[in-house]
Amino acid sequence: MTYFEVFSLPRKLSIDVAALEKQFYALSRRWHPDRFAARPQAEQEAALAQASLLNDAYRTLRDPVLRTQYLLRLLGVELEEQSKAATEAARASGTEKKQSVPPELLEEVFELNMQLAEMRAARQMGEDEPELRRDLLSAKDAFESKLDATDEELQQLWRVWDAAEDEGAQPAQTSARDAMVTLLNKRTYLRNLVRDVNEALESESGTQHHEI
Amino acid sequence: MAEERVVGIDLGTTNSLVAYLEGETPVVIPGEDGERLVPSVVAVTADGVVVGNGARGTLLADSANAVYSAKRLMGRDLADVQDELKLFPFRLAEDLQPGEVLRLQVGGLTLTPPEISAYVLQQLKRNAERFFGGPVTKAVITVPAYFNDAQRQATKDAGRIAGLEVLRLVNEPTAAALAYGLDKSKDGVIVVYDFGGGTFDVSILKLHDGIFEVIATGGDTHLGGDDIDNLLIAIALDDIAGDLGEDVRHNGEVVQAVRKAVIEAKIQLSQATTARLELTLPSGRRYLREISREQFEQLIAGVIARTAGPCRQALKDAGIRVEQIDEVVLVGGSTRIPAVRRLVDELFSLSARGKQPHTELNPDEVVALGAAVQARILAGGAGAGSALEDLLLLDVTPLSLGIEALGGVVAKIIQRNSTIPASATEHFTTGVDGQTNVAIHVVQGERELAKDCRSLARFDLKGIPPMMAGMPRIEVKFLIDANGILHVSAREQRSGKEAEIDVKPTYGLSDEQVEAMILASFDHAEDDIRERQLIEAKNEAETILTAVEKGRAHESWQQLTAEETAAVAAAELALKQLMLQTDYKAIRKGIDALDQATRRFAELMMDSAVTGAMKGKTMESAGDAMGDGPTAPHPFAKAQIDDAATGS
Repeated sequence: MTYFEVFSLPRKLSIDVAALEKQFYALSRRWHPDRFAARPQAEQEAALAQASLLNDAYRTLRDPVLRTQYLLRLLGVELEEQSKAATEAARASGTEKKQSVPPELLEEVFELNMQLAEMRAARQMGEDEPELRRDLLSAKDAFESKLDATDEELQQLWRVWDAAEDEGAQPAQTSARDAMVTLLNKRTYLRNLVRDVNEALESESGTQHHEI
Repeated sequence: MAEERVVGIDLGTTNSLVAYLEGETPVVIPGEDGERLVPSVVAVTADGVVVGNGARGTLLADSANAVYSAKRLMGRDLADVQDELKLFPFRLAEDLQPGEVLRLQVGGLTLTPPEISAYVLQQLKRNAERFFGGPVTKAVITVPAYFNDAQRQATKDAGRIAGLEVLRLVNEPTAAALAYGLDKSKDGVIVVYDFGGGTFDVSILKLHDGIFEVIATGGDTHLGGDDIDNLLIAIALDDIAGDLGEDVRHNGEVVQAVRKAVIEAKIQLSQATTARLELTLPSGRRYLREISREQFEQLIAGVIARTAGPCRQALKDAGIRVEQIDEVVLVGGSTRIPAVRRLVDELFSLSARGKQPHTELNPDEVVALGAAVQARILAGGAGAGSALEDLLLLDVTPLSLGIEALGGVVAKIIQRNSTIPASATEHFTTGVDGQTNVAIHVVQGERELAKDCRSLARFDLKGIPPMMAGMPRIEVKFLIDANGILHVSAREQRSGKEAEIDVKPTYGLSDEQVEAMILASFDHAEDDIRERQLIEAKNEAETILTAVEKGRAHESWQQLTAEETAAVAAAELALKQLMLQTDYKAIRKGIDALDQATRRFAELMMDSAVTGAMKGKTMESAGDAMGDGPTAPHPFAKAQIDDAATGS
């Protein structure tokens, strides 16, 4: 059973999240293990399986990115750069995970890397560089707004994909699919950039790792 | 068929409670002594294992025979509890190995933390059975929301050992929300701030049409009122060592007396602006210290500030801004401290928004009350038309679940704050041709490296059909159930064979160990105590028999009548016969009889002795001074000599 089928939804990306939540509550009332605590063992186990599937499905479908990734996986697309296998392989060999820089970001990324290197060097000297800090903060803002923009773009691609699904327009759907893969990879890339900047800014206070 | 009684139990660090639903109102069930709170203290005494208020006396008089705050040790390993051992008088078994389930020495017994908790649970079970006049075998037990898998499993084990079927482990803040939300059908976002004796939890819930959906939780399972007490105890002990020159840090009974005094002072300071710490030391001197609320607040500022981090993180995780919070509920005795209330007010900008935290329900009882509501829901007693019919708790897992990948890094498979039950499916394969085993290490926590997370279990996938490396496709399903406890199953997909899994929990008791404890625990404990009693009784009997034997050579013996000496001889013979058997109570009676029979002789002897150089000596040294004189244990005589001694 796919996560879409759990909610009796067609395999489409535009989902009314408020309606999804409502349905999630209704199905939870039906399947939550608490409702079966006084029932025979076999029924309890079935409810446990149903309820965990329901929760997994809701967690995935309510989140735009997880939902898109899930659909792409159903379509047999392996998002290589985001896959755990790639992360693990990179970590095991002690290298950075292979990430092709989205072409439109090349220039900015180049500049950011320079600033990050400068920041690290300054920190090693025990110096504070207020100007560099400002530059990094504004770079972070820029990347964050690009990140927000990817959400808009993603929703447009959903509409293209969903419409093509309705019309059975194969070529249009394939190109929407490929565009989503590219977009998600770009998104991951941007998110990592923001994370790197945050770390560079934060580690000044010596708190790179947070327990919680 | 009579409705099955399912009770709700709050198994707390400091106090425990049992509650049930009377009609639609949750009610705490009092103990035989009329008290609603059962202190989570277990003592091993001559009369057997004693729990609660009765055990508190032992803590003060004979601290080695009692244990408290055992919840801090649940599901933990030797390496985790080093800090605990410095601050609490836990006596670990001497042969304890790292990685093993902790075992504590309490009086003559060796107990694991789940067994200690089981004694507390059994007391609550007895209280409920006495109240209902019938058996109680099922319960809902609450746990701190931030408890990990091992701590939850240990709590469930404790229930089983106590003879209770644990229908559900409910998170304490969620239970509290349920107790509050019962008569309010309002929707909104509520925060539960639960600062108890040993643990801190914060949970953010969304209430919607009777559904209590937890959206984020955070906490610290080693942060509570105990930590405040320990700060005060340390100061008092330092004072006593410094100003009075008496080092009592290693005197368990005095430390417990100090602990009792500081707790009383702490409680007073929630009402008054000053409190007196007052206590009589073994030397007879008095220790007195006045503490102002201001000093107290300075002292504890660091401890209570530690609750802020988890609150902010939970808000962030929930994606909730402070302005969106409708209600804040205060749970746990430590929320009575005014400084804690101020912190909560600031954290959630309550008074600034014209709001007040909820404190209408007793913070010590609210968790048990909520557990009682959940107990009824689970028992299926919430029929149509009942206010409970539509109530449903949707809780989350507090910690991310991950598996150790190459290089010791953690690949997260279930994120924290996922609604439970939750599952994740992972695929594994082999790295070497013909490999038939794959080892998997499951961890819980938020850190990047497996060594920094809590190790939950190591699994060995066995019986994989020999194939080329990379060919087998083993599907492993990880399922966190509604109790927050992990289950694992596996299947090799190419052969369709169920892969065999040998689940070895890193911390915790095996099923067999729990079974053995259920079958043996309580009888066994009684046996152990009985055995110790027998040994002690025989030793005492030996002592009195030897004393009587020696007494015959004493001049006072000649003053006894023929009947008196005959009575002594009869009692002597009877006791010797009883010593051949194993009934310690009969031996004690025999000792008492001989004691009675020799009473006049002891008095005569005492008269003759006291005229000598006896004054100002204790019974013990008096015995020594008397050389061959009898040392029959006459309580009254000893008391007299003690009185004389303290008077000098």
